[in-house]
Amino acid sequence: MPSLIAEANRINDFVVKFANVNGTGSASANSLIMKAIFRMGVPVTGKNYFPSNIQGLPTWYEIRVTREGYAARASHVDIMVAMNAETYAKDIRELRSGGYLIYDSTWPRSALLQRGDITVIAVPLAKLVNENFDGVRNRILLKNIAYAGVLAALLDVDLTVISALLSESYGKKPKLLDSNTRALRLGYDYVKENLTSPLPLRVEHMEKTRGHIMIDGNTAAGLGCVYAGATVGAWYPITPSTSLMDAFKGFCERYRVDAETGERNFAVLQAEDELAAVGMVLGASWNGARAFTPTSGPGISLMNEFIGLGYYAEVPCVIFDVQRVGPSTGMPTRTQQGDILICAYASHGDTRHVLLFPANPEECFYMAVQAFDLAERLQTPVFVLSDLDIGMNDWMCPDLKWDDAYQPDRGKVLSKQEIDGLEKFYRYLDRDDDAIPYRTLPGTSAKGAYFTRGSGHNQYGGYTEDSAEYQVVLDRLKRKFTTATKYVPKPVLIGKGNNSVGIVSIGSCDGAIREALDVLMLQKIEVDYLRIKAFPFNTDVEAFLKSHATIFVVEQNRDAQLKALLTLETAVEKSKLFSILSYSGLPISAHPIVDEIRAKLAEAPRLTAVPR
Amino acid sequence: MSYINKPKVAHPSLPTNSLGLTRRQYEGSMSTLCAGCGHDSVTAAMVEACWGLSMQPEQLVKLSGIGCSSKTTAYFVSGSHGFNSVHGRMPSIASGANAANRSLTYVGISGDGDSLSIGMGQLVHVIRRNVNMLYLIENNGVYGLTKGQFSASADIGTKAKRGETNSSPPIDPVLLALTLGATFVARSFSGDKAQLVPLIQAGMRHNGFALIDVLSPCVTFNDHEGSTKSYGFTREHYHPAVEADFVPRAQEIAVDYPAGEAIPVSLHDGSRVILRKLDPLYDPTDRGAAYNYIENKLKQNEYVTGLIHIDEADNTEFHTLNRTAAMPLNSIPFERLSPGSVALDKLMARYR
Ligand SMILES: Cc1ncc(C[n+]2csc(CCOP(=O)(O)OP(=O)(O)O)c2C)c(N)n1
Ligand code: SF4
Ligand SMILES: [Mg+2]
Repeated sequence: MPSLIAEANRINDFVVKFANVNGTGSASANSLIMKAIFRMGVPVTGKNYFPSNIQGLPTWYEIRVTREGYAARASHVDIMVAMNAETYAKDIRELRSGGYLIYDSTWPRSALLQRGDITVIAVPLAKLVNENFDGVRNRILLKNIAYAGVLAALLDVDLTVISALLSESYGKKPKLLDSNTRALRLGYDYVKENLTSPLPLRVEHMEKTRGHIMIDGNTAAGLGCVYAGATVGAWYPITPSTSLMDAFKGFCERYRVDAETGERNFAVLQAEDELAAVGMVLGASWNGARAFTPTSGPGISLMNEFIGLGYYAEVPCVIFDVQRVGPSTGMPTRTQQGDILICAYASHGDTRHVLLFPANPEECFYMAVQAFDLAERLQTPVFVLSDLDIGMNDWMCPDLKWDDAYQPDRGKVLSKQEIDGLEKFYRYLDRDDDAIPYRTLPGTSAKGAYFTRGSGHNQYGGYTEDSAEYQVVLDRLKRKFTTATKYVPKPVLIGKGNNSVGIVSIGSCDGAIREALDVLMLQKIEVDYLRIKAFPFNTDVEAFLKSHATIFVVEQNRDAQLKALLTLETAVEKSKLFSILSYSGLPISAHPIVDEIRAKLAEAPRLTAVPR
Repeated sequence: MSYINKPKVAHPSLPTNSLGLTRRQYEGSMSTLCAGCGHDSVTAAMVEACWGLSMQPEQLVKLSGIGCSSKTTAYFVSGSHGFNSVHGRMPSIASGANAANRSLTYVGISGDGDSLSIGMGQLVHVIRRNVNMLYLIENNGVYGLTKGQFSASADIGTKAKRGETNSSPPIDPVLLALTLGATFVARSFSGDKAQLVPLIQAGMRHNGFALIDVLSPCVTFNDHEGSTKSYGFTREHYHPAVEADFVPRAQEIAVDYPAGEAIPVSLHDGSRVILRKLDPLYDPTDRGAAYNYIENKLKQNEYVTGLIHIDEADNTEFHTLNRTAAMPLNSIPFERLSPGSVALDKLMARYR
């Protein structure tokens, strides 16, 4: 049963939130608990709400234990591990009625932590740790492991699983392994000796995570670039995209360095800014390498002029936009889908770009590969529109698989022999009637040489200021975008497809929508759901829009950018489309989707059981 | 306007290089610049330099930004790929292209506006990155293509055609490159082909970033009385300090240089540059001394020309530092790039 319905059985179905101070090393304790639960076969998700700061500001980590395997944020908290006195007041307010608050009672705060409808669990963590360990930094770190021990006892997390995880992390450092194990036991034993455990909210072994991994989207995308055969990466650091290049570099160091010579089959260029980063990608792709750049909104804004050059001069280019909250610098560590329109139409003049919308880290991996195939097949910039939620949070995904039969689609690149066989080479001629011209690479043959320019050019590749000649090229580019619909991934339909009410969405809204569908189903509301995976929209999208009388467009921005794009680029009647928007910066949850659809349809009385 | 192709009928009596190609075969499409524009002389020098090097046309890559100067790349070696990018951003295109294929010869042509204003950031960083390329600035002190506004290289006191006087100090690309540690820095004049051609050849063969600032007068907007970048002024204030002769690989040094006056410098491909000091006080291998010398001469309104600084011992070229494979990255077989399914299955354990 979906967890939006409050119910008695809370085994493997609850949310733990950790309130910490940034820079105190809490991440390892939090992921220790999450991984242990995952290894017990119970689906989990982890969401990190961190500040744009290196040390000192509050930070939260949320683990949703979800036996149904929901990927979205839950929008309620059952257990708050309150380790930051600065945020006690806010943290206690956030707890759901009947929830539990765990805090460090070394400094009792009974007055502040009072709320009649919750249970306060006091553990003198600092005292326990200070009595057993030395060193300021050491104590701070081990206090985190001690609260992990407390949770393990309260939630009935298998200690052997946690021990195995600790051994894997610290196996080569026996001293660290020993102190971590002791700290864990401190918390664990304190609960066993002084408190009632486990709680009714607890974990039990399941069999639902076999064949799955916990991975973030940036790691998966970086890995995808390695598997796609990308050799040049250029970037300028920006949250939340930085870890994508870190991942690419890390994997390259593992897989792309010759063991004997130390020679590297890759080059990563840390550019002076995003403008240069995308220029490098264009230069490298023009020269026949698979090249990419990861960035976020502010970087996209800077890249615009070059993106137009890529479009008009028809140079492949792969851009990962790990979206964050805008406008401007916005909230760099919060998530949004606010770059849909700027990416779709980036740069001045008539331009339109191919967009891919991964919904989770697994798709980041596969779409990274697809993005290179599309960019080279279509000779144009391709955007992978991920976001902070996908890119930086840990998601449970099926194991990534690789088909060794895969061959990259390098598109229409002429070899020396092919060039020699031509009477003359013309760069922008539509020889195959698919609006995709042939290109040649520098170094191949003097006969295949051509001049690439962003200024007016005719189909032969020559400079032009002639209206008719200019239009021939511009019109072909438009047709090329139509050709793209045949190559981009098709949307995913969930539901019978013949309901009158539909949901259309993209990317990381997926988890929340799937959960909302289950809740609606329980309330006898049946809705079809089409998840669009790419722009340009193909005929399946048109058909869905046509066949549904009422369509909810779910997206994470204020201005309904996906809805706007649908109305601009399809024949849909605007009046059929209703927006469900989430732009708080937190990942969307199922809750508002259910509420808004129900309110709109007004078919059944409000369910009081839906928790706030 | 349409695409103009110069007819290439090779006259049988025209001299050929070791590839059997004539100079005509190193030409490009017809220039659309103003008659007398200094940039066209640079084009001629490029043709001569590439012919003299017996450069395979397809081994050359021509890159530029936007401006009259940046159009130059279309006017030489039409058998080479060219990339006329966006204003001020050629260095990033060059960096990416060079990363993808280290085996080709990269020549970037830019203007003083393209390089010292809108593109200043990219120029500075491509020098710092030490990308193996020749970067040639056709410096005329104005924005030619937008009709004569002062550029950042305009000297204090120089007069615009319409009469205003420039009062902001100039940015000198030579001093800039020296400051940033460039290992090949030269200045020349579009009107001095004899000096320019060997500099271009040596710059193309230098392993690392090579900058040549070429004073290249704009006849239409900056060739009048009172301009410090006119033909007349440049000729008068032109101070060759070091001549450089370029000796291709495997060729004997034909001229006898009096001992003490000539410094031979070997380039990484086996060719050599013979430096001849015209000013005995000048030492092109001492970066600090070179800087002071140039700066002092600039204060006296003298443009020091020639191969101002060279350091062939330097090994900070981009690919050297990156330890990039010898085989161009764009040609490595896919099987060697993609780790395959077994590796992926194994990797999955890390994420459980
Ligand atoms: C982003 C952008 N801004 C402005 C321009 C207009 N523009 C074209 S060329 C140029 C100046 C070129 O000056 P320089 O590089 O010195 O070349 P020159 O024409 O003098 O050879 C300007 C400002 C442009 N093309 N792009
Ligand atoms: S305007 Fe000046 S720089 Fe441009 S082509 Fe004419 S002379 Fe040359
Ligand atoms: Mg100029």
